[in-house]
Amino acid sequence: MLEILPLILVFPLAGMLLNAVFSRWMDETWIAIFACGASGTAFVIAILQAIALSGNHFHVETVLIADWITIGNLHLPWQMRVDTLSLTMMMLVTGVGTLIHIYAVGYMRGDPRFARFFIYLNLFITMMLVLVAADNYLMLFVGWEGVGLCSYLLIGFWYDKGDNGVGNARAGRKAFVVNRVGDMGFLIAMFLMFGAVGSLNFDDVLYFFEHNGVEVAGLATVVTLLLLVGAVGKSAQIPLFVWLPDAMAGPTPVSALIHAATMVTAGIYIIARSAPIFALAPVSQTTVALVGASTAFMAGTIAVTQWDIKRVLAYSTISQLGFMVAAVGLGGYVAGMFHLITHAFFKALLFLAAGSVIHGVEHGGHHTHDHCDAQDMRNMGGLRHRMRITFWVYLVGAVSLAGVFPFSGFWSKDEILADAWNVGVVQGHWHGVAVYVLLVLAAILTAFYMTRQIVMVFFGEPRSSAAEQAIENPPVMTTPLIVLAVLSVVGGALNLPGWHTLGHWLEHTHHFFHGLDFNLGVALGSTVFALLSIWIGTLVYYRRPLENATAPDQLEGVLGPVFRFLYCKWHVDELYSKTIMALYEWKARFLAFQVDWYFWHDFVHEQLIASAFRGVTVVLSGPVDKGVINPFFDGMAQLVRTFATRVLRPLQTGYVRNYALGVMLGVIIVLGMIFVNEGM
Amino acid sequence: MTISNLNLVGTLPLLFLSAWACGLLLVDLWIPGDRKHMTGWMALSGFAITFFWVSSNLGQREEAFGGMLAIDGFSNLLHLVFLGSGILATLLALNYLKQHDIERGEFYPLMLFSVVGMMIMSMAKDLIVVFLALEMLSIPLYVLVGFARTRADSEESALKYFLLGAFSSAFQVYGIALIYGATQATGFAAIGDAVAISGASPLLLAGIGLMLVGLAFKVSAVPLHMWTPDVYQGAPSVVTGFMSVGAKAAGFAAIVRIFFSAFHSLAADWAPVIVLFAVLSTVIGNVAAISQTSIKRMLAFSSIAHAGYVFVAIVPGGYGALSDFAASAVIFYLAAYGLTNIGAWSVVIAVDHADGMGSDISNYAGLARRSPGLAAAMTLFMLSLTGLPPTMGFVAKFYVFRAALAAGYTWLVVVGVVTVLISAYYYLRVIVVMWMNSGDGQVVTPRALNFTVGVTAAATLVLGLLPGPLMAIVESSVRGLF
Repeated sequence: MLEILPLILVFPLAGMLLNAVFSRWMDETWIAIFACGASGTAFVIAILQAIALSGNHFHVETVLIADWITIGNLHLPWQMRVDTLSLTMMMLVTGVGTLIHIYAVGYMRGDPRFARFFIYLNLFITMMLVLVAADNYLMLFVGWEGVGLCSYLLIGFWYDKGDNGVGNARAGRKAFVVNRVGDMGFLIAMFLMFGAVGSLNFDDVLYFFEHNGVEVAGLATVVTLLLLVGAVGKSAQIPLFVWLPDAMAGPTPVSALIHAATMVTAGIYIIARSAPIFALAPVSQTTVALVGASTAFMAGTIAVTQWDIKRVLAYSTISQLGFMVAAVGLGGYVAGMFHLITHAFFKALLFLAAGSVIHGVEHGGHHTHDHCDAQDMRNMGGLRHRMRITFWVYLVGAVSLAGVFPFSGFWSKDEILADAWNVGVVQGHWHGVAVYVLLVLAAILTAFYMTRQIVMVFFGEPRSSAAEQAIENPPVMTTPLIVLAVLSVVGGALNLPGWHTLGHWLEHTHHFFHGLDFNLGVALGSTVFALLSIWIGTLVYYRRPLENATAPDQLEGVLGPVFRFLYCKWHVDELYSKTIMALYEWKARFLAFQVDWYFWHDFVHEQLIASAFRGVTVVLSGPVDKGVINPFFDGMAQLVRTFATRVLRPLQTGYVRNYALGVMLGVIIVLGMIFVNEGM
Repeated sequence: MTISNLNLVGTLPLLFLSAWACGLLLVDLWIPGDRKHMTGWMALSGFAITFFWVSSNLGQREEAFGGMLAIDGFSNLLHLVFLGSGILATLLALNYLKQHDIERGEFYPLMLFSVVGMMIMSMAKDLIVVFLALEMLSIPLYVLVGFARTRADSEESALKYFLLGAFSSAFQVYGIALIYGATQATGFAAIGDAVAISGASPLLLAGIGLMLVGLAFKVSAVPLHMWTPDVYQGAPSVVTGFMSVGAKAAGFAAIVRIFFSAFHSLAADWAPVIVLFAVLSTVIGNVAAISQTSIKRMLAFSSIAHAGYVFVAIVPGGYGALSDFAASAVIFYLAAYGLTNIGAWSVVIAVDHADGMGSDISNYAGLARRSPGLAAAMTLFMLSLTGLPPTMGFVAKFYVFRAALAAGYTWLVVVGVVTVLISAYYYLRVIVVMWMNSGDGQVVTPRALNFTVGVTAAATLVLGLLPGPLMAIVESSVRGLF
């Protein structure tokens, strides 16, 4: 069964190539069939692998695809790894990916670049699978960069739209550049591992760290901190989270798949994968946990203030990714992976449902020629009557995200909080307490901003004619929503207290991975906080709905400057642009103008080298060439000519007697030479 | 001398061609005067049969006539050169003679006899045979040069060629006599043995010098070259094309055989003379060619210069193991020169007119426009004569210079390369005139001439691009002979 594993890469790749080559001769239906079929087949293969793995007593297997780099003892193959961790990710990526593929068929219908969208999407699935199925860090990095490329391509998919017609392209560039910072960390971490271990295969590297233990704790700290830099970039944590909100410029299925459910979780995956190294570096673990918790809180505060339906969800994603990072930082790998899965369900659901809302409002806008911003929640309202399915699934996603019992988000978020409680209160680590407090605050904010969103979008009266005319979307879009809604409801069953299905499943990959017992106090506390928060949200937004599309937020009047500070995302973008960007641009300008242009070009090249060269050429071409060399050769040629015409030609007199004399001369020369040579 | 060491079987191609020539003389009597081209076709078939006969049996190593003739790879390959030039010249002659109103039947048997003489020359292992062969190839040539007897310049050049040829033959005979006096032998092997025992006596050295003069006259080495331009200019162009290749190759064949075997141990004495010939011929030949306005005289001086390059290849022959190498280079160079030169003379014939106009280089102006194929072929021939890639001439010069370098004659190679540079001036001038100047005039291109030009051009190019197989054949045929 394992030998068919490489097919999981082959199918999406084939789907991509097929559409890339033949899409111009196919209509949208066939393109969609190929793309969705490729993704769906990959999902089936992942399921089959999971069955095979359970039948094989969860024995970790590797499948060699091809040799790649072999230099001396260094051996880096294209090799896939099958264990419970990688399979979990494979099933998630292909399963959610397939649903989003199907949804996108409806969402992208009629787009002039329909085929290209699915080519990118299949390429993304391929690359994500390379990432999670890799058996060494280098192959993982190939997938890591591959998904980065797809992210860039898809954020800028409508590259001709956005602010000034370049906004989307700039968003793509921003994501790409910010991710480079993270990649640099990842690369240096790889170099260090290779320098110390001489290999990049997971088994070799992890064995090295486990085997040498505290002896290499220093190296482990550096490597893990650098891996954290990589994870921070990819998973949009402080300080590199700024690219993710801008990434919402991409089509909504992309936001759901790449920027919520799968790619952004790669950072959590890499930390979980490297768990044995992190176990040696408490400093790094503390850093990871604090970064995650701070991000969770900070993004939560920003999400409260945003108007754009997708931006709210984007900050919510950052916040939830912070939960996961905090969990893996505290050693709660199962909790982190659990939340990763449930979050993939309900956040994909929310994004897709938001896309459904946007689609519906846009449709209404076309109908009434009201070209208002279809993503601005101030232009919505009262949509629960016009888009019933979307409303209900959105509600399911929201309560799940808010952590309401018994939805899936409750179970996974609660497990993270229990981990924090355990580390902070039971084990008495200060950072555990800090993380717990921050996460609880973030959870409260989560419930609040989701309430705000639900109310603004679906309740009250429509605040634009587009919203009045919005219509529900076709089944090709709503069916995946319903499936995801079901998963969001029952997803918690994956790791219910007492059973710990996911925990036991993941234990087979690492002995670090084990779940915690249910903490009733924490669960009750968080449920109370969530419900309280929802109640407050209802008070603020439902009782006193927005009057019209231009009215200020109800909180703005209360919080004032604080609200505006949060609305401007804590001015992080401005901070970066005033410090890093400005410095960078100043340096670039200095290098480009002062150093390169004025110094190198004007002074060194133009004045020193070029003028010196010119001077030399003047001398060489004038006196030397024209004065000496040219006349010399002209003279030689003239000499040869003169010799030929003045000396040789007269010899050819035409008289036989002269020629005979020539023969005689030859005889004398030959004989003379022979005898002189012989010395006689 | 018994029948067995006569080895008539081994010499059958030679005997066949001789008999064919004699028979053709008789047959020609019954061929009416306006259909003499039939004689030509018959001569052609004789050449062709012998050509394929010889080429089917390249690798044999036999002796005939009691050791006076050698039948080996060296002679067989040169036979192909002689026969090939005979075939091509005959093809050209078919139309040339009629066009110039000198079509008579005896032309073709004379060609055959001359080729027989050349063939014997390359087989000779005895000084008497060398002399016989020399006269046998020369006397028909004297007649052929004067074949256009209605033209005064043809007669004049024939007479010059004959007088000077006789003059130099006398030196050669005298040299043979002196060598015989010194060694009491005429066979190369016996001379070689005697020289090895008694060493160099003044008598022998004088004989060698005079012998060399006689042969150097045939290959037109400076300073024995003065007849060449006048004869080449005056003779019918087909004859010039033929003798510039065949007679020269035959002379070199004899030089290689005599000096590589009989006088091998005296290399220190004769090699400087060969070097002198090489230097003088390449320098004087190329320089003098620059000032020529007639393409025929230019090609005459060019042939003097090419004799010099062959001498460059002969120089290493005195150095033990290099003699095979040298002989291969000589054969390859002669083959390359033969193909290219006959091709060039074909073009000259096409441009030349019965009234003697058209032999000036200026007559080639605008040829590229009037007759692009012919001009392209002439360009190729000129490049090959210069020794530029991708032509056979380049490969040939490469082998020659490589042999000289192997023998340590770096300065001689430098002289050779500098003279090649000089030669580029007058060869490329023809190309410039053809392609860049405008002019008019008729060209006569019968089918046989087109065939000749096409074959030689293709061979020049193909063997320039892929010289390996031919060079391998040459090297394996010559290996261990000297």
